[in-house]
Amino acid sequence: MAAGNFEKYKSDGSLAGNLLEWVDARFPATSMWKGHLSEYYAPKNFNFWYFFGSLALLVLVIQIVTGIFLVMHYKPDAALNAYGVPVAFASVEYIMRDVPGGWLIRYMHSTGASAFFIVVYLHMFRGLLYGSYRKPRELTWLFGVGIFLCLMGEAFFGYLLPWGQMSYWGAQVIVNLFGAIPFVGNDLSILIRGDFVVGDATLNRFFSFHVIAFPLVLLGLVAAHVLALHETGSNNPDGVEIKANKDENGIPRDGIPFHPYYTVKDIVGVVVFLMVFSAIMFFAPEGGGAFLETPNFYPADPLKTPPHIAPVWYFTPYYSILRAMVWNFFGLDAKFWGVVAMGASVVVFAFLPWLDRSPVKSIRYRGPIYKTLLTIFVICFVILGYLGTQSPSYWGEKISQVCTVFYFGFFLAMPWWSRMDKFKPVPDRVTMH
Amino acid sequence: MSNEGKMDCGRRRLIVATAAVGGAGAVAALVPFVSSLLPSERAKAAGAPVEVDIGKLEPGQMMTVEWRGKPVWIINRNKEMLETLPKLNDAVADPKSEKQMQPDYARNETRSIKPELLVVVGICTHLGCSPSQKFKKGAEEGMTAEWLGGFLCPCHGSTFDFAGRVYKAKPAPTNLEVPPHYYMSDSRILIGEDKKGA
Repeated sequence: MAAGNFEKYKSDGSLAGNLLEWVDARFPATSMWKGHLSEYYAPKNFNFWYFFGSLALLVLVIQIVTGIFLVMHYKPDAALNAYGVPVAFASVEYIMRDVPGGWLIRYMHSTGASAFFIVVYLHMFRGLLYGSYRKPRELTWLFGVGIFLCLMGEAFFGYLLPWGQMSYWGAQVIVNLFGAIPFVGNDLSILIRGDFVVGDATLNRFFSFHVIAFPLVLLGLVAAHVLALHETGSNNPDGVEIKANKDENGIPRDGIPFHPYYTVKDIVGVVVFLMVFSAIMFFAPEGGGAFLETPNFYPADPLKTPPHIAPVWYFTPYYSILRAMVWNFFGLDAKFWGVVAMGASVVVFAFLPWLDRSPVKSIRYRGPIYKTLLTIFVICFVILGYLGTQSPSYWGEKISQVCTVFYFGFFLAMPWWSRMDKFKPVPDRVTMH
Repeated sequence: MSNEGKMDCGRRRLIVATAAVGGAGAVAALVPFVSSLLPSERAKAAGAPVEVDIGKLEPGQMMTVEWRGKPVWIINRNKEMLETLPKLNDAVADPKSEKQMQPDYARNETRSIKPELLVVVGICTHLGCSPSQKFKKGAEEGMTAEWLGGFLCPCHGSTFDFAGRVYKAKPAPTNLEVPPHYYMSDSRILIGEDKKGA
């Protein structure tokens, strides 16, 4: 069903027909159109949760387009201007105040960053609900994890660019995390910063990563993610392989062409999404301090850390896991284990296809164990996220330690508990609810 | 064909050799890119020492100066502040400054050359935030009732006393760093250099 060898287009004699035939003889236009859209058969029972893949693509486009226009006015320069304000910070203020429409483009980009993570988290949660990562879609999932990592890098590099207080101190803390690695850590963090402190060299290279290196990798991974998906075909809320039941033409009985059926369905999602997106962008672009943090309205000051520093909301669950590690093991600092735990908490997603041993894919046919543990996992994730926005405290630390243990327990004990559950029989065909 | 499956070993060795040379070339091509990420000559040269006038620093006051892009605190500790130090020997992780976070001339009870004047880099040894002043005793500034005054790192909650010594069981692994410095005169300090000939 993937972009295969469809027949080349034969002209009907019209000018457009002749042109398409000419192109098709030289480029797989018809083949790609059919393989990925008009004759890509997707299960007919997609529900609400299946909006978020296409929405992620939409946000990617928004970020790239707004980014292109922001770069036309932004200056990655940490030197102070004639008024004693860093040039980078001043250029963002210039975009906000003096560039016609600049404020809107910038708010689109900053709201888009948070929207990207909301959409991607929901997209990943869909995978957990319906076992989308299971065989034969492991590579689609792995490319997805790669996209998620890339997105985190992209968000982190981008956050330094306004050169505000939170930009500066956030980068200071995260780059120093690498300093916790034994032996090479200190040199590694100098290599990342390009200086002994976060400074102009750091700002320039983060700008380069943010606008060139990571977007290129991201686009490549997105293409690989979609190609891998179209090779295996999409999963669905029932976790039934629709390719197992094909009609006499070789078309899955439970499949419908992606275009026009799902393109039109996804437009509904796009409209609703853009309504919410616009509401935030126009009425609450700072997201109450969650999307744009207050200290970032002050220019970076290397001599003074803001009284309360916290990462942007989408990083806070991992930040809590970092802070939860306060014990020294094997003669290595708690700081090092915090970094390890934080890295592991993201990378552990990559192992899901091999950790999950349940005989069924979808939560619809899984038993109470999965439903309970998944619920607790989500609650822990949200609690960790909340605590990551708060100042360190005694109880916050204890609670985040409990949540961290559960977070890893959920994954690492999965090979055992995922087998023990009470399963319901999986139907042969997809069901419509 | 009769020689199917037979390998032309000479040709194969040439292919392996070519691939090895090509691979070595590709790795060598990384060198300029990776080395361009290292601090530039300009960045390395920017570490000039800083001269500070401390003549107007009253007891109990603190001033901050920039040295190598980092905040350096100079605190003129009053008697009350100094009295807290011996009391905290059991509460701090490295009371005798055994870890090399200070030049030898500052490896003493007060971690300073002159007992009252502390010079430290105001960067938390955990992840590099700059701790905030919590100079008042007790819970007045949001600390515990037993708090004797010092610094709190806003990022991960490490606490330090008036000698920059880190409290036990906190994320910061070591005391705050004392930079090399010396007194040019009674009221002038040079930060970034040890005294010549000392």
